[in-house]
Amino acid sequence: MRSDRSTSAPLPLKIAAGAGLLFLHVPILIIFLYAFTTEEKSYQFPPPGLTLQWFAVTWNRPDVWAALTLSVKVASIATVIALVLGTLTAAAVSQTRFFGREAVSLLVILPIALPGIITGIALRSAFSILDIPFSTWTIVLGHATFCIVVVYNNAVARFRRISGSLVEASMDLGADGFQTFRYVILPNIGTALLAGGMLAFALSFDEVIVTTFTGGQQSTLPIWMLEELIRPRQRPVTNVVAMVVVLVTFLPILAAYYLTRDGDQVAGSGK
Amino acid sequence: MTAAVSFEAVSRHFGAVKAVDNVDLAIAEGEFFAMLGPSGSGKTTCLRLMAGFEQPTAGHIEIFGETAEGVPPYKRSVNTVFQDYALFPHMTIVENVAYGLMVKGVGKAERLKAAEEALAMVKLPGYGTRRPGQLSGGQRQRVALARALVNKPRVLLLDEPLGALDLKLREQMQEELKGLQKSLGITFVFVTHDQGEALSMADRIAVFNDGRIQQLGTPEEVYKRPRTRFVADFVGSSNVLTPDVAARLGGPRKDASLRPEAIRLGAAASGETAVTGCLLSSAFLGATHRLTVDVEGARLAVSAPAGSPVPAIGEAVTISFSPADLHPMEAA
Repeated sequence: MRSDRSTSAPLPLKIAAGAGLLFLHVPILIIFLYAFTTEEKSYQFPPPGLTLQWFAVTWNRPDVWAALTLSVKVASIATVIALVLGTLTAAAVSQTRFFGREAVSLLVILPIALPGIITGIALRSAFSILDIPFSTWTIVLGHATFCIVVVYNNAVARFRRISGSLVEASMDLGADGFQTFRYVILPNIGTALLAGGMLAFALSFDEVIVTTFTGGQQSTLPIWMLEELIRPRQRPVTNVVAMVVVLVTFLPILAAYYLTRDGDQVAGSGK
Repeated sequence: MTAAVSFEAVSRHFGAVKAVDNVDLAIAEGEFFAMLGPSGSGKTTCLRLMAGFEQPTAGHIEIFGETAEGVPPYKRSVNTVFQDYALFPHMTIVENVAYGLMVKGVGKAERLKAAEEALAMVKLPGYGTRRPGQLSGGQRQRVALARALVNKPRVLLLDEPLGALDLKLREQMQEELKGLQKSLGITFVFVTHDQGEALSMADRIAVFNDGRIQQLGTPEEVYKRPRTRFVADFVGSSNVLTPDVAARLGGPRKDASLRPEAIRLGAAASGETAVTGCLLSSAFLGATHRLTVDVEGARLAVSAPAGSPVPAIGEAVTISFSPADLHPMEAA
């Protein structure tokens, strides 16, 4: 009886679930649709006509390229910083015991639990007290605070599954610290790092709140889009860019999902 | 001759816990040395001190005459077989076995050949392309052994390597390990909590308790002449006698041990001591009967060969033993 019911949900529930999903995803499709509209002043529905001209227009807009370049640069650097620091922290917290270990673990995770606006204000006042001018690096710093968390969370989960004696076995067999990292630790945490890095990149790439506080006059892609919505020039250009952002962030997250899923199976079979 | 491994007054304390406390020992080259004790007795910490995973809090360790303190594990001529085997899950079996040679820069063809030879030695030829997850516990144990031996260590450390195996496999591996040790001539240092394993395999045994060595000697010495109550209790199942009972049985007024198999049912032959008691229980164990005899309030376990007539429970029995088997012990 139970299994019969679980295979087929009642009709009202199906409708509710479908409506919920539509409510979430139709607006995104409408954003995509307006990237092809022929009308540039307002979003009238249905669009009076469809065209591909906005892709060419977007391609030739230097402000789009500037924002995109800045975003990619910031996301890349923040991800690299997060990969190095997040992995090292995860290794320390999961492989050794020291005074304040739990506190460090909590402090590392905190930035993602804190509202972005708090992180943003805190960093902005810190920068102004220390007389640090806004630059790419101030944005990178802001993003790194939460990028570290996703790398750390992925890495720490994987580290916990690596038996401590693997590292000892490697040392025992004659491998020094670097060789042990290269041949034993890295292959075991590699997919977790890749997944964490991709998530970090995606998070940084569409971050708005912290960036508004740490960016000064610079515009990353999401900030640029926000400005475009307020004072539009060629409206559909924003939609074209929105499509690009969705694709650029969605693909890595999808890849990260598959990587960690496979990673579980690999790590599980070794036990 | 230089000892393979020597400890001089070595201690390893973890805060207030004295895991290893003032241990002296010297393991001869080519010896099969067992460290026997209950869990938490310090035997595994001693092994880790030899491997270099722990550093002594005090004392001095030498491996083949060279100071070992401060020498990292990867610079020691010792290899370890870990309790959980610690095979690298992301590598094939042959990659696991060749790992030690790979990190030392041995060429690929040469190290794969050596790995295959090591696998053949532990009777796993042709298993090289599998992964650790596809092997049984006993097979993984052999791979761990091959992975250590392929480096030609001067001392092989084994941390309860047979603990996870079932009884039949364990007995088979005991024989194989003993054979390997003899044919390779390498010093084996073996940690175990199984006294039968230590007695049957080792040339010498160190019995550990509370971070200290209670007794160090050949299996026969340790079994027949336990130095302390702890050893008598832990190794075999001796009758441990209080000073009063020992005196009543004709020994000195000291703690003493008397092995069940040293006691015989029946009247004394010349030079033997005989006492009478009451049979409390009897159990048939196959090769022997295990009897419990009450002698004036002291319970003695007696091991009688199967086939000998066993009196009925509650009957009076006479038991006899040679006074030499009543072994006095130190108080500790």
